[in-house]
Amino acid sequence: MYLFSFLLLGRLTLKAIPSDTITRGGALLVLLAPLGLAALLTYKKKWKWLYKNWLTTLDPKKIGVMYIILASVMLVRAGVDALMMRLQQATSAGASNGFLSANHFQQVFSAHGTIMIFFVAMGLMFGLINLVVPLQIGSRDVAFPFLNSVSFWLYTAGLIIVNLSLVLGTFSIAGWLAYPPLSELKYSPGVGVDYWIWSLQIAGIGSLLSGINFIVTILKMRVKGMNLMKMPVFTWSVLGALSLVIFAFPILTATLLLLTLDRNLGTHFFTAGGGGNAMMYVNLIWAWGHPEVYILILPAFGVFSEVVATFSRKALFGYKTMVWAIWAIVLLSFTVWLHHFFTMGAGANVNAFFGIMTMIIAIPTGVKIFNWIFTMYKGRISFATPMLWFMGFVVLFTIGGVAGVIMAIPAADFQLHNSLFLVAHFHTMIVSGVLFGYFAGFTYWFPKIFGFKLNERLGKYAFWCWLVGFILAFVPLYILGMMGATRRLNHYPSGLGYQPLFIVAGIGAGIIALGVAFQVLQIGYSIYKRKEYKDTTGDPWNARTLEWSIPSPAPFYNFAKRMEVSTKDAFWEMKQRKSLDQGEYEDILVPKNSPIGMLIGFTSLAFGFAFVWHIWWLSGLSLIALISIVIYRLSQDNIESFISKDKLRKLDISRKAEG
Amino acid sequence: MSKVSFIQEEMAQRNEKAVIGFWIYLMTDCVLFASLFATYAVLHKNTYGGPGSKDIFNLPYVLVETLILLTSSFSAGIATYSAYLYKKAQTVIFLIITIVLGLTFLIMELSEFSHLIRIGDSFRRSGFLSSYFALVGTHGMHILFGLIALSVLVCQIMIKGLNRNVLRRINLISMFWHFLDVVWIFIFTIVYLMGVIK
Ligand code: HEM
Ligand SMILES: [Cu+2]
Repeated sequence: MYLFSFLLLGRLTLKAIPSDTITRGGALLVLLAPLGLAALLTYKKKWKWLYKNWLTTLDPKKIGVMYIILASVMLVRAGVDALMMRLQQATSAGASNGFLSANHFQQVFSAHGTIMIFFVAMGLMFGLINLVVPLQIGSRDVAFPFLNSVSFWLYTAGLIIVNLSLVLGTFSIAGWLAYPPLSELKYSPGVGVDYWIWSLQIAGIGSLLSGINFIVTILKMRVKGMNLMKMPVFTWSVLGALSLVIFAFPILTATLLLLTLDRNLGTHFFTAGGGGNAMMYVNLIWAWGHPEVYILILPAFGVFSEVVATFSRKALFGYKTMVWAIWAIVLLSFTVWLHHFFTMGAGANVNAFFGIMTMIIAIPTGVKIFNWIFTMYKGRISFATPMLWFMGFVVLFTIGGVAGVIMAIPAADFQLHNSLFLVAHFHTMIVSGVLFGYFAGFTYWFPKIFGFKLNERLGKYAFWCWLVGFILAFVPLYILGMMGATRRLNHYPSGLGYQPLFIVAGIGAGIIALGVAFQVLQIGYSIYKRKEYKDTTGDPWNARTLEWSIPSPAPFYNFAKRMEVSTKDAFWEMKQRKSLDQGEYEDILVPKNSPIGMLIGFTSLAFGFAFVWHIWWLSGLSLIALISIVIYRLSQDNIESFISKDKLRKLDISRKAEG
Repeated sequence: MSKVSFIQEEMAQRNEKAVIGFWIYLMTDCVLFASLFATYAVLHKNTYGGPGSKDIFNLPYVLVETLILLTSSFSAGIATYSAYLYKKAQTVIFLIITIVLGLTFLIMELSEFSHLIRIGDSFRRSGFLSSYFALVGTHGMHILFGLIALSVLVCQIMIKGLNRNVLRRINLISMFWHFLDVVWIFIFTIVYLMGVIK
């Protein structure tokens, strides 16, 4: 009986179903949300619509929207984790133990970190890249549309795996980077670390493929006349970030593979005994991890560059230095990873080198900040919501940056390492840099994709909540860090004086949650008012780059005519010269929808899930299925439809008549 | 522009994109192997009381493996060349030769592995052996996937003839195969040769 169940279900037994109330609540939510959605779809008879228009689409704009939807849901999911941690730490002093057990608390911070980085920040990033990059370079599509859908579905598979850990079994307790030896089989024998591994492995391969795809897109599919030095800065930033992706993500793949081998085959890469070396893991994971933070932030910098120029009615100051700064950051970001573990004992000289490199990388970042400020100087600034996000960013990012440079001094870092000071530092960078950047970008490009603007007033409320909430939530952490509070504390003695500060931080987190609520409200209300907020011009912000030259929402073929550009800020130039309607219609090929990307995603999901639970027959089967599906796709002919230029002209004219 | 010439232009562009994309992919694979090489460099002295590289490597055997792989790369080259001359039969023959040689290489590698495991020097023995098996085994996995791809390609040529898509794929797969050769040269030099000499 036991053997039978093992063969059939591996280590999956009834015990995997959560037993305590809090986890049960979470599991129920994770189950009910998709079930509720499914019921709604069935009730409204929308399944076919969903399948035809969204799930099988190869249109990067729609794929981008799907990325952003999933990433937003994950923002709420990991945000609830954050609130739980804040509540725990605010209440768990002295005799009181808070509402979370130590083990549960560890799972929560591990899940929060993992989801925020991989499924919120990365998802928002790839979402925006999908929405904007092809449009900005005047292209109809990405280089490999089908591969793009595969990337998206691999991201989705990873996302589902990480959330399944709430329903079946437990999540990793080893933090968002799963340092060994804690993440080794000996100390984490359950399924948690395996969930973590397979979620990241699958999503990571998706990111890698996306990286390749968009690099080729940017290099090969720019509109005629747009040479590299005429490219919009957002596209430049994406090119920089994705160059980091293709060099950094294979390191992650390799590292996760080695950890998998350690856990499943008894190898000794990172084990404490047997000739393993846990420090090697830390080196490898940060050789990916540090570039990763720049991967997240470079596109956000790109967003700010577009936003500042547009809302200041001026060309971006120092275009060339901007480009140089991006590439300086790209190169330097591979030379600083050791600053994450100065305390590991690499020696004074090594630490000094990495400390200095870390300070040097602040220079190109500073250059960018000054360029934005000079762009605003003497501009006619309008303080629309994207611009507010930018202003908030400048202030917070500078504070966080200074904190970073302090920690770059190895001697200081020996005090601050692993403290809440560090937690405050990286949240300042990542919330103000990455999240604010993508929020600004989302608000800015929203009309281009959906055809109507977002409500400004609610957007501003959201911004102010985020800003005030953020300061309240994280300034106390800087102070707590100085007072000696370490990170990942689920409990502390009451005599230390931490509690008041933790309570303030908790209030701050609550205000951030209010900000998120305003964002949800903003979107809902704007959809309700979409007729009123309609963008009839295609250029609601009086912007500068090519995506604004076409009607909103952007049609599936993006550009009806083959254009040619001669300057940077090409659309702005066209508007100045009043030569808007240029170019010729031409025949085009449009890729047909395909469910195979989704199929690959779900097969990978089955593979990962089976691996987590040691259901070997299923992982074997899904691997074979995966290979067969790929072969099938490669044998398909007729994967696109032809649209003649006459048809395109008709479509275009009727489209413009509507607008 | 007529529909035909339009589609031709599209296809030419598509070729170019595929080649660049594939180059970039190979670069990422390079980084993957670089990580494994780095791991090997860090761990190769951690024998944990087990055998070191001197004790287990059989250089003549590996040399034969190497020669077989190099030859398979050569035949892959000829296959590509023949494909571009639209010589279908010749292409298929040389692809099959490539597959046979690749398979031989893989079998030799696996039998080396199983020999080591049988005498108790498996990947569980020490950090050194773990890193050795991971590096060489990952290369072997690539060979395996290459073999699958080559076999699919042969079927496609038989069924569909040398159409544009097939030609593009031959080109890409032979790039892949040559790349695996280069990686193997590094493995041969760094792992086997330097391991035995030191
Ligand atoms: C928006 C409000 C957010 C709040 C209130 C918040 C709160 C927290 C808290 C309380 C912790 C645990 C600190 C500790 O170790 O004691 C934490 C850890 C972490 N957070 Fe956030 N966070 C937020 C947003 C984000 C975002 C946007 C990201 C990344 C995109 C992020 C990434 C992380 C990471 C990587 C960790 C470390 C997890 C670990 O220790 O393994 N957080 N956060
Ligand atoms: Cu870093």
